[in-house]
Amino acid sequence: MGPVLAGVLQLLALTAALALAYIPLGNYMARVYSSDKHWRVEKWVYKGIGANPDAEMTWCAYLRGVLAFSAVGVLFLYLLMRLQGVLPGSLGFSSVNPAQSFNTAVSFVTNTNWQSYYGEQTMGHVVQTAGLAVQNFVSAAVGMAVAVALVRGFARSRTGELGNFWSDLVRGTLRILVPAAAIAAIALVACGVIQNFSGIHEVGQFFDGHSMGGSQQWNGGAVASQEAIKEIGTNGGGYFNANSAHPFENPTPFTNLFEIFLILVIPFSLTRTFGVMVGSVRQGYAILATMFTIWLGFVALMMWTEFAHHGPALQAAGGAYEGKEVRFGVGASSIFAVSTTLTSTGAVDSFHSSFTGLGGGITMLGMMLGEIAPGGVGSGLYGMLVMAVIAVFIAGLMVGRTPEYLGKKIGTREIKLAACYILITPALVLVFTAVSMALPTPPHSMLNSGAHGFSEVLYAFTSASNNNGSAFAGLNANTDWFNTTTGLAMLLGRFLPMVFVLALAGSLAEQKPVPVTAGTLRTEKPLFTGLLVGAILIITGLTYFPALALGPLAEGLA
Amino acid sequence: MNNSVVNTARLLGAGLRALLVLTLVTGVIYPLVVTGIAQGLFPGKANGSEVKADGKVVGSSLIGQQGYSLGYFQPRPANGLGENSVNTQYKLILSGATNLAADNKELVKQVEDAKAKVSKDNSVPGYTVKPEDIPADAVTSSASGLDPDISPAYADLQVHRVAERNGLTVDRVQKLVDDHTEGRTLGFIGEPRVNVLELNIALKDLVAKD
Repeated sequence: MGPVLAGVLQLLALTAALALAYIPLGNYMARVYSSDKHWRVEKWVYKGIGANPDAEMTWCAYLRGVLAFSAVGVLFLYLLMRLQGVLPGSLGFSSVNPAQSFNTAVSFVTNTNWQSYYGEQTMGHVVQTAGLAVQNFVSAAVGMAVAVALVRGFARSRTGELGNFWSDLVRGTLRILVPAAAIAAIALVACGVIQNFSGIHEVGQFFDGHSMGGSQQWNGGAVASQEAIKEIGTNGGGYFNANSAHPFENPTPFTNLFEIFLILVIPFSLTRTFGVMVGSVRQGYAILATMFTIWLGFVALMMWTEFAHHGPALQAAGGAYEGKEVRFGVGASSIFAVSTTLTSTGAVDSFHSSFTGLGGGITMLGMMLGEIAPGGVGSGLYGMLVMAVIAVFIAGLMVGRTPEYLGKKIGTREIKLAACYILITPALVLVFTAVSMALPTPPHSMLNSGAHGFSEVLYAFTSASNNNGSAFAGLNANTDWFNTTTGLAMLLGRFLPMVFVLALAGSLAEQKPVPVTAGTLRTEKPLFTGLLVGAILIITGLTYFPALALGPLAEGLA
Repeated sequence: MNNSVVNTARLLGAGLRALLVLTLVTGVIYPLVVTGIAQGLFPGKANGSEVKADGKVVGSSLIGQQGYSLGYFQPRPANGLGENSVNTQYKLILSGATNLAADNKELVKQVEDAKAKVSKDNSVPGYTVKPEDIPADAVTSSASGLDPDISPAYADLQVHRVAERNGLTVDRVQKLVDDHTEGRTLGFIGEPRVNVLELNIALKDLVAKD
């Protein structure tokens, strides 16, 4: 069997596994967010928080909860890193400097997991497990909560009530993420991912009679428990610098495919949750079909360009193996790269900077779509629903009818909020990139020169603003400039869109439903899926084409 | 104090309590329970899949090592590997890739130099390695710098050299490589591979037995 066929078969197996999980997981999540019963543990938690989980919130109250919880999260994580030098259980690692602590705290709270540090030399056990991994859980739960609030906005009418943030946060964490991560973590250990709390220890090296025979020093760590939630919560922050390419994080071809599955399973299944909650699973299928079409198309393009291995160095080598591991090969690495950049994950099993020029461009374009195919946990669904609002609006303009979606009128207020949403990240990406290129010092951080050097900077801000976290990692991002600007891009790219999503949810929930008539655009039909895919590609293409032309297209078509 | 300040403080207090409770669950209980189960069920794997030779731990079967002499099978290049720049009381390996672009001249040179070296090192009397026969993994740096594997094609290409240097027949070394070649999982997942450390330990045993 050739590597191309093996790659295609892995894609099919992955698709089959996702399809099997779709209905049970999607239905389960719908029950989690709709049930009026609380688990006993949850009641203790609510008592601890001092919140009434049954109190309904307006969109403003819901947003305040999101912002307060996230603000506290940034501060707590920042202090944990600043105090690492005096914390026990930290391997004697020193405290992290202020700029990097700010960047990293923001990065993990915003579900980005951009890393300007090397995990193995910077973060001790306490920061990794009680700081970074905690945000892997709760930042994902916040994303899902906001998505569910928007879904409730569509599902409810004549009310200002969107649910209770604390209840959604706690349920998402305890009922969905923790059980899933625990099972996945044990499975990963069974395949070789490490899970211990040992210190840095000497291990002898192989001595062949002539050379070596010295020793190497290794970090132990609670890697499997973090790896599991890193993928399930579409976080992506690696325990080690090499992320999911490190054999202790991703030891076998099977764990690799399993990790891709973990990245995709909640974002895809949430479309089922959406369908169930708005009372029409076919609406969920239409959104799913949109996400799946884009994802599949991107994987096909990536495999094509990586197997073709254009570019002088890859041609000289005879294959696109630079920055890839033998056990995964080109096919599975391509699937991973697309899945991690079309979600907000940013974990990598191969290094995107050494992909073909076009392959690197595909990873960037995936993020530029807004990470909605299938997107991050929660953020993918709400991002896609905002695009659906834009798409029905465009369709409405074409036939001269007031657009509506799921029985709700898309009026002036709704379309303004949706438009603001889709303008935020492009503005952040393009402005920060332009300013970085115009200033004298930031370009010194580039490793490569020419078009690829520009791509490193464009990639950095695309990744930060869209809360992805992967990188063209040659860029030295551990400077005050990049730590500060990517930090701001991550904060604004996460929370400003949430403001508009929740405002949109509030506005939709207040409406009374519009009856379906012969003139209503049927948003559960393939025609709408086609319209939505088209709208997404055209809007993103028009926004980013000039920037892409200067970077990956210039490199890939040279 | 006015109302909004009080409300904000109350809200931040709730946020902090929520974070602390959830930290206890996801940052303390969860990792400890997973560690307990992992150490109970899979202690060898949870602690790094260490392998022994002559009764001594010589590394992890998952972590590739550099610096074998030419009598042994060579791993992939690891030009992206680094050493730690902070917390220098330790000597840590920093995993990583070169991150050089496909059109980077330095990378082209690295690949061409590696190709010339592989070709020269592995050409022995009666067996010449042509540059076009060298597989891509032999001349490129891996993603982690710690890739434990090489492709079967690269292992096969080294058989003649290893046999000659150790005074073994080509057939015996080839059989050793074949025995250590792992196919795709279930026939289609990943790529076929040979674990270099395990292969070299077996080679050392074979030489010692002679």
